[in-house]
Order: sequence, then structure tokens, then C-alpha cells
Amino acid sequence: MNAPNVSGMLMLILPEVVLSVGAMITLLLGVSGADAGRSHRAAMAALATAVVGVVLAIGMLTGAPLAPGTTFIANDGFRWTLTALLCAGTGAAVVLTEAYDRRAGVARAETPALLLLAATGMTLLTAARDLMVVFLGIELMSLATYVLVAMHRTSARAAEAAVKYFLLGAFSTAFLLYGIALVYGATGSMQLEGIGSAVASGAKLPGLLMAGVALMLVGLAFKVAAAPFHLWTPDVYDGAPTAVTGFMAASVKAAAFAIFLRITAEAFAPLLADWHPVLWVLAAATMVIGNVLALGQQQIKRVLAYSSIAHAGYLLVAVVSFSAEGATALVFYLVAYTLATMGAFAVLVALSDGTDRPLVRQDLAGLRERHPWLALAFAVCVLSMLGFPLAGGVGFFAKWQVLQAALQASVPQQTLAIVLVLSSVVSGGYYLGLIAPAFMQSPVPAARPIPAPPTGVRAIAIACAVVVLVLGVLPSSLTRLAQRSAPSAFAGGPTVATTIQP
Amino acid sequence: MSDLSRYFFYLFSLLTIGSALAFVTRKGPVPAALWLVNTMFALSGLYVLLDAPFVGAVQVLVYAGAIMVVFVFVVMLLNLGRAGDRPDLRGIGGQLTAGVVGAALLALLLAARRGDAVLPALVPSSTSTSNVVEPVAQLLFTDYLLAFELTSIVLLTALVGAVVLAKRRTAA
Amino acid sequence: MISEALVVSAVLFVIGTIGVLTRKNAIVLFMCVELMLNAVNLSFVALSKLHGNAGQVFVILVMTVAAAEAAIGLALVIAVFRHFGTVDLSSLRLLKG
Repeated sequence: MNAPNVSGMLMLILPEVVLSVGAMITLLLGVSGADAGRSHRAAMAALATAVVGVVLAIGMLTGAPLAPGTTFIANDGFRWTLTALLCAGTGAAVVLTEAYDRRAGVARAETPALLLLAATGMTLLTAARDLMVVFLGIELMSLATYVLVAMHRTSARAAEAAVKYFLLGAFSTAFLLYGIALVYGATGSMQLEGIGSAVASGAKLPGLLMAGVALMLVGLAFKVAAAPFHLWTPDVYDGAPTAVTGFMAASVKAAAFAIFLRITAEAFAPLLADWHPVLWVLAAATMVIGNVLALGQQQIKRVLAYSSIAHAGYLLVAVVSFSAEGATALVFYLVAYTLATMGAFAVLVALSDGTDRPLVRQDLAGLRERHPWLALAFAVCVLSMLGFPLAGGVGFFAKWQVLQAALQASVPQQTLAIVLVLSSVVSGGYYLGLIAPAFMQSPVPAARPIPAPPTGVRAIAIACAVVVLVLGVLPSSLTRLAQRSAPSAFAGGPTVATTIQP
Repeated sequence: MSDLSRYFFYLFSLLTIGSALAFVTRKGPVPAALWLVNTMFALSGLYVLLDAPFVGAVQVLVYAGAIMVVFVFVVMLLNLGRAGDRPDLRGIGGQLTAGVVGAALLALLLAARRGDAVLPALVPSSTSTSNVVEPVAQLLFTDYLLAFELTSIVLLTALVGAVVLAKRRTAA
Repeated sequence: MISEALVVSAVLFVIGTIGVLTRKNAIVLFMCVELMLNAVNLSFVALSKLHGNAGQVFVILVMTVAAAEAAIGLALVIAVFRHFGTVDLSSLRLLKG
């Protein structure tokens, strides 16, 4: 039992310290000073905190070579790239929620504070290498998100969404925990490293280990909304306040995938042959189910919910590839997906009328005449989700990277690659169905006048679209970053057992 | 392991499972909650028998004493004490699904027990029970200090969340 | 005794799972989740007899988080009751595709 090395540990968890202290400052600002502008000052403090988080993470990435982390917290490119991405997503979510809440007349300081607390959990998940920290990170992220969904207390739809999300989230946490308990029992370790080496040397209790791995995968599949554990997603995304939906679709999902990849890479790698077929089926089913069910939806948020399920499927393909290329593709894809999702949801926030009425395709009609720039930004972001070449910017290269990773895996995954391409073609049906009304139809007079979108929201929508396009022209810079960001477990090249079934 | 503690172990195991079955078959929320409290008491007995007296005590204090009281409090607050006229069970399809999932899960978990034969060989010598808190506290405040600090943030989140959700609506 | 405790834990977990899948009352359903967490805790305690005290530390953390979850979950249940006048999940039908 060593005395903890406090200062070394503090350096490793600096983003979490910054974010949680920022959350506390945000809360204090929410109860001090003049009544008017309290929530705005709190949101500005939260935004500043998120920006500090981004700067810090980028500083770690570009600064001196990273020292090895501890057995609790990793200190690698994967951690810092995704921390920067998640902090950026949180900052965007702070701006979007503030605009959305203000329009609904319920702006309050707790929202940005809870976003920062969720971000604390999320950034922790990019680094966690101990199952206790994993559990606490997931819970911190989830608890804050449950509350954020229910934040609009006059909305019955939001309350319904929140309680469904909560009950299924708690249910899935129980599965994850039971899996953790059994894996601990079989290997005697809580740490990914220890589990990995215990598994590699042959577990004494193979039955316990298998059951534990299976239950942990079920719990994680719930968190990333992979089929058949996706059933909560459409309702929750639909009922949640639009800005919060954007946060869940982009950042919460990215954080869940971060820990998914790290656990499979560092702890379960020697068992690859056992869980690989399971994840293979999950990936294929998730892509097909997400894309097919999205076709039948009328409401925009439900379309995007099923689309986010489909994207979980594409990301699972990157996990299944299980190589340094797969990890690179995952990071690359998460960056592209976060940008596109945040941009699209920023446009939806700009179009909302402050009630919880669900947005349908008609609400986008004539967007080109009303807000030409927003219409363009929306088109770029949606095309990026589709993976359209050129106009879709970086989205095309993201899918390309995943495909390459699947085909170059130690055992090539041609079938998954074909499913990915075919289901992407299907997704064109609903993505183009979102864009068409914005450009083809003339505006329908709104029942309630929609005020001009705030500058911050417009800025986020347009900035996301511009970055999507710029990275679409210069994808190699993002590729280089993503290559540096494969988790340290993959650093030694493809160490993976070659026992995967094609 | 003396025969007496083995006997108590089986007794508490039966109590735990029996109370859990009673809990899950009650119609009204209040009887269900009380049977769940009973389950938790029996579990704390098991914890003591498994050489974890501190966890057993915390189980009574936190789970049975605090968490379940909040459940019963909310049931009373919302006046849900009586079982409603609508059945609190899903339709036959839902019950079948639950049965299948439950059976599959139980099969998986019991199948996991193969290889249990090595378990007794792995049991370490019984730890000294003179100080029940120290072994847990030592780990919690050294190796797992980070996790301990994190729980404070989790609790802060819960605090903010509960206040913001349950606070009376202000006119502003 | 560890092996027996693991069996008890598995049975409790399955009872909780079946409860979650069959009940409609949100509070009872949440109590079933609590039962599942208790089953997990029993596994942790039994296994920490095998591997040292880390399992017991985890149990303490699970209890803390369960308390936090209860606070938020019950606040959400109250919020639903305010809007719908019931906590029966089958009467929550505003969100439909």
C-alpha cells in the first residue's frame, strides 16, 4: 500500500479538477449578484471553464512527450485528444442550452453547472484504467445527464423521457457492475492492466470471467445505444430539450465509446476470440436497425436519434477491427461526428420556438430563404453524417477510415464493410429527406413567431460546418492527430491474437 | 469455518432469497419496500459472516436505514400506498420475455460457477477481525483516494439535481 | 461459502431483473434495480474474501452512488407524478414515433 503521490495524480486529473471547480464556481455565480443576468454570467463561466479544458488538453498533446500514466489514470494521446473534443462539445452545449432555455423562459445556472459535472465524468472516462474510476465516471456522467433531460420542468415530455432514461440507465449500470464484480472475482484485479495480464496468463475461473465479460459488454452496449439495447434512445432523444439531445448524441456517446475501446483494448484483448463475434453481430445489427428505422420517422429529433444509433454501429466496426488503425479511425470518426452533430443541433436550437413541440420536417421548410447561412450549415453537417464526398467534408473521410480499418484488420472484415456501405446508402434516404425541405419548399408561416437565433448559436452552427469543410479538404492533419491518439495498448503495433473468425 | 456459522450462513441465505421473492411478488409498493428492507437486513447478516462487518453495518445504516426510508417516504408523499385498480404487471408478452431473459441470465450465471472447485483452494487465511474498519479505510484513503474524492463530486451532482428537480416552481 | 454466496447473489440478481421487466410502477421498478445492486454487492463482498479488500471498498462506493441515484431517481418520479398523476409507466405515452 503506497502513499498516494498526490501532486503527480493531480497533474493527471487536471482537466477533471478544472471542470469540477468550474462547476462549483458556476453554481456560486448562479446565486450571487443581481438577479438579472445571473444565469448568463454562470453560463459564461462554464463556457470559460470548457475553453480552459480544451486549451489544457491541447497543451498536453503538443507539449513535452507524455509521461506514462498510473494504473488508475492513463496519460496518452487518446486521453488528451478526446478530452479536448469532449470539452469543446461541452462548451458548445453550454451555449446551446443557454439559448434554448432562454427562449423557453427557464434559463438557470444549474444547467451549465450540470453540463460541467457531466463533462468531468466524461473526460474521466477517456483516461480511466481502473474499474472503480470507470464506474464513477459513468455514474457522474449519467446522473448529471438524467437531470439535464428533466430540466424543463413544465414539459411533460421531458419528464417522461427523463424517467425512462433513468430507469434504463440504472438497469444497465447494474449489469455493468455485476460484470465488474465477476471479472474482479476471476482475475483478482480492478485495474485494466492487471485484468489484462491475469487474463493473458490464463484465468483460474474461466466461467466467472466469461460471464463477467458478457455482462460488462451488455452494460456498455446499453450506454452506447447499440442494438438490441437501443430501445430507450429515440424516446429519450425526442423528449429531452433539443440542446441537451445534441449534448447526449455527440459528447455522451463519444465518452461511452472512449471507455468501450479502452476496456476492450487493455483488459479484454487476450479474450478477443470470445467477444469478437458478439461485437461483430452487435455492430452489424446496430447499423442496419438504426438506418432502417430512421427511414420511417417524421420528427427530426427521432430521425437524428436513429441516425445516432446507426453511427454507434459504424463506431463499433472501428472497435471490432481491433487494431491501431481501428483506434485511429474511432478517434477520427468521433471528431467528425461530434462536429456534424453539434452543428445540426445548433440549427435545430435556432429553429425552436421555446415550447416542447416536436420539430417535424415542415419546420425546416424554406430555411434557405429565412436563414441562408444556417441552411447551408445544416446541409453540410447532415451531408457529413451521410459521409457524402466533398460537400460532406470530413464525414466522408471518417467513413473511409473506418472502412480501411475494417478491411486492413488482422482478419479482414469484408462483410461488415459491405454492411457499412449498404446501410450508408440507405441512410441517404432520410438525410436527404431532412435537407430537401430546407432548400426545395417555401416557408410555412409558423404558429408562433420564432425570434432571430442568438449570435452564439449561429456561430456554433457555422463554425462546425466550416471546420467540417476545412477538415474535408485537409483530412491528413486530423489523421495525424488521430494516429497519435491510439490508446497506448495499441502502441506496440498489432499485438492482437490472430484467432478472430472472419 | 465452524458449523454454527455455516448454519447461520444458510439461514441468512434462505431469508435473503425468501424476502426477495416476497418483495417481487407484492402488489402494493409499501409491502414491497418492507420486504426489500428485510432482504437488506438479511444481506447484512451475510456480509458479517463473510468477514465484512463494516460493510454489514453500513448496509444497515445506508441501505436499509436511509435509502429505503426515502423510497417509503416518496410512496407516502405521492399517496401511492394502496395497490391501484390497474394491475402493476406487464402483459403476457412482457412476462414471457422476462421469464426467458431471467432463465437465460440464471443459466449464464450458474454456468459461470464451473471451475468453482478451485475456490476453496484460493481462500486466504481469515483476516484479523480485531479492527473492522482499518482494512477498508486503509485502501480507501490510499490506493483508492481518487475514487473516494470522486464520490464527493457524484454526491454534489445528486444534490444539485435533486434540488433543481424538486424545488417548488418560482414565479420568475 | 464463497461459492454459495455467489449463487445467492446470482439468484437475487435474476429476481431483480425479472422484476424490472415485469413491473410497471416506476417506484417498484426502481426498487428492483436496488435489489440488483444489492446482489452485486454480495458478489463483491464474497469475492473480496478471495482477493483482498478492494471489493469491500467498491461496495462502499456502490452504496454511495446508490444513494445519489435514489435522490435523483425519486425526484424524477415526483416530476412524472406532477405531470401525469400516476407513476405507472404504461400510461406514459407522450413519446411515440
